[in-house]
Amino acid sequence: MAALLRVEGVSKSFRGLLALNDVSFDVAERGIAALIGPNGAGKTTLFNVIAGVFQPDSGSVQLSGAEITGRRPDEICHAGIGRTFQIVKPFAQMTVLENVTVAALHSAGAVAAARAAARGFLEMLELDTKAAQHAANLTLPDRKRLEVARALATGPRLLLLDEVMAGLRPSETDRMVATLRGLRDETGLTILLIEHVMRAVMALSEHITVLHHGEKISEGAPERIVRDPAVLECYLGDQDR
Amino acid sequence: MSPLGRYFHPLSPAGLWLGAAFLAVLLLLPVWGGSYVMTVATTVFYLALIGQSWNLMLGFAGLLSIGHALFVGIGAYTAAYLFAAVGLPPIVGVLPAIALAVLMGVLIGYLGFRFAIGGVYFALLTIAFAEFVRIIVDHVSWLGATEGFFLKVSSADRHGIDLVNLRGAPEMYYYLIMALALGALVLCRFLLRSRLGYYWQAIRDDAEAAEALGVNVLRYKMYAVIISSGMAGVAGVFYAFYQNSLFPEIVFNIERSIEATLGSIVGGVGTLFGPIFGTFILTPLGEIVTEAIDLLKHWGVIDPQIKLDGLKLLIWSFIVVLIVLFKPKGLWPWVCSRLRLTRPEAEG
Repeated sequence: MAALLRVEGVSKSFRGLLALNDVSFDVAERGIAALIGPNGAGKTTLFNVIAGVFQPDSGSVQLSGAEITGRRPDEICHAGIGRTFQIVKPFAQMTVLENVTVAALHSAGAVAAARAAARGFLEMLELDTKAAQHAANLTLPDRKRLEVARALATGPRLLLLDEVMAGLRPSETDRMVATLRGLRDETGLTILLIEHVMRAVMALSEHITVLHHGEKISEGAPERIVRDPAVLECYLGDQDR
Repeated sequence: MSPLGRYFHPLSPAGLWLGAAFLAVLLLLPVWGGSYVMTVATTVFYLALIGQSWNLMLGFAGLLSIGHALFVGIGAYTAAYLFAAVGLPPIVGVLPAIALAVLMGVLIGYLGFRFAIGGVYFALLTIAFAEFVRIIVDHVSWLGATEGFFLKVSSADRHGIDLVNLRGAPEMYYYLIMALALGALVLCRFLLRSRLGYYWQAIRDDAEAAEALGVNVLRYKMYAVIISSGMAGVAGVFYAFYQNSLFPEIVFNIERSIEATLGSIVGGVGTLFGPIFGTFILTPLGEIVTEAIDLLKHWGVIDPQIKLDGLKLLIWSFIVVLIVLFKPKGLWPWVCSRLRLTRPEAEG
């Protein structure tokens, strides 16, 4: 399958600290891929490079073969990448419906159409009963759902999800997994997720890339990754010592 | 829903009736109000217009301006100068007045947003530009410098209605500024419900998230400054032809800029009706204080020799402190929920 997203040799350092070191990987079109690794591995930094928040020091990011490296976040959104934030960023003084409407306006011509589209995404994420609430009053799991609804409402080809399962109960995680897989199957959406909830990673992803200290240490199918000594070592430490 | 009904949608039946009654009183004000009441009411609407312009920037888009007197002043001087120098009537002169005010807004906005000068630092930039222009006008002889710029006005001008040259009876000025302030209200409501309004509020609440959702933050912040400075420019044109005298020390004074913020802060920053509501409380209150002091002097309770010029400002400041402490969201949202003036879940 062709790669929708191609990350090639991306490096990024902050004041001499190397956060990403020559990271390369592909995300297949219509695929669901996961990015895992211990805390501080550089996963969110990589997301921010892909989404245009950070400029990479070197390397490139391509979407469907088109260079998007160094473009502004709003331009990258227009190019077809929707993203959520690990530390949720709701528009606190706007209602839940208005939050998603902002995103839906991206593709809708009129406000009324955007509001109607937004309602659809709220239903999908089980937020429809909270449409009129101010986003500031939502619980954390609901804020995570709101992040997903907003990112989806921009009509992306690639969805970047940064720890959206964190804080969800196992049953809620399963519902979110079902929603995301349903979306991929119905709309052909490609998903790249950062996740610590292995229940979700194993259930969803077809391909996993593992980062450790800013470097890619392994990648492949989930069954292979969970047995990879290098991966186990970075999470659990060296077994032989 | 009828177009009119759509405009008043967030108001409850009680709110509609109260609003209609209030509007009726204001429309009939010239019938029973003396010249003093008319002057105060004209000032209220004038400040409500500027307040709405200021609220559009901070309340809608999250951009703090403490230099709004600049846009008002530029509008005032432009229209007044073109009228005096080449006889351009203000109904046409309002266009270059808006253009220059907007140009100034674009300059400040571009400098601020391009170089990521945010929050308080952006506010400082607006103050700096207002002071900068004040000092320039202080030294430009063809604008009257510190001596002031005057528009000729004869006693014959004080009657009738001449909207082209903005000459006429006090009632004309009153109805004109009332129409402008209410027009601004309709405009703000329209903008708030449009793509602009959604994007502005998103930028206000979280610019980074807005950008990730495809909003060109720089461009939409710029739109807010453009519309706000244009509105303030219109207010300036009114001011010039209502006062007929312009002094840089008065027009560009930082006190004017602060005055522009007070109504909205008292009424509720970011609300639609807040700026108007707040000015309707503050300005008459200031007048009542002044009157009360005069009365006390007259009765001999206070020594008539004592000067209490700053007292009005002192009391205003005290009220603002109380509001910020106890009703930080302003009085309008509180009054609304108390009197059930708006429907639940619709913001004022």
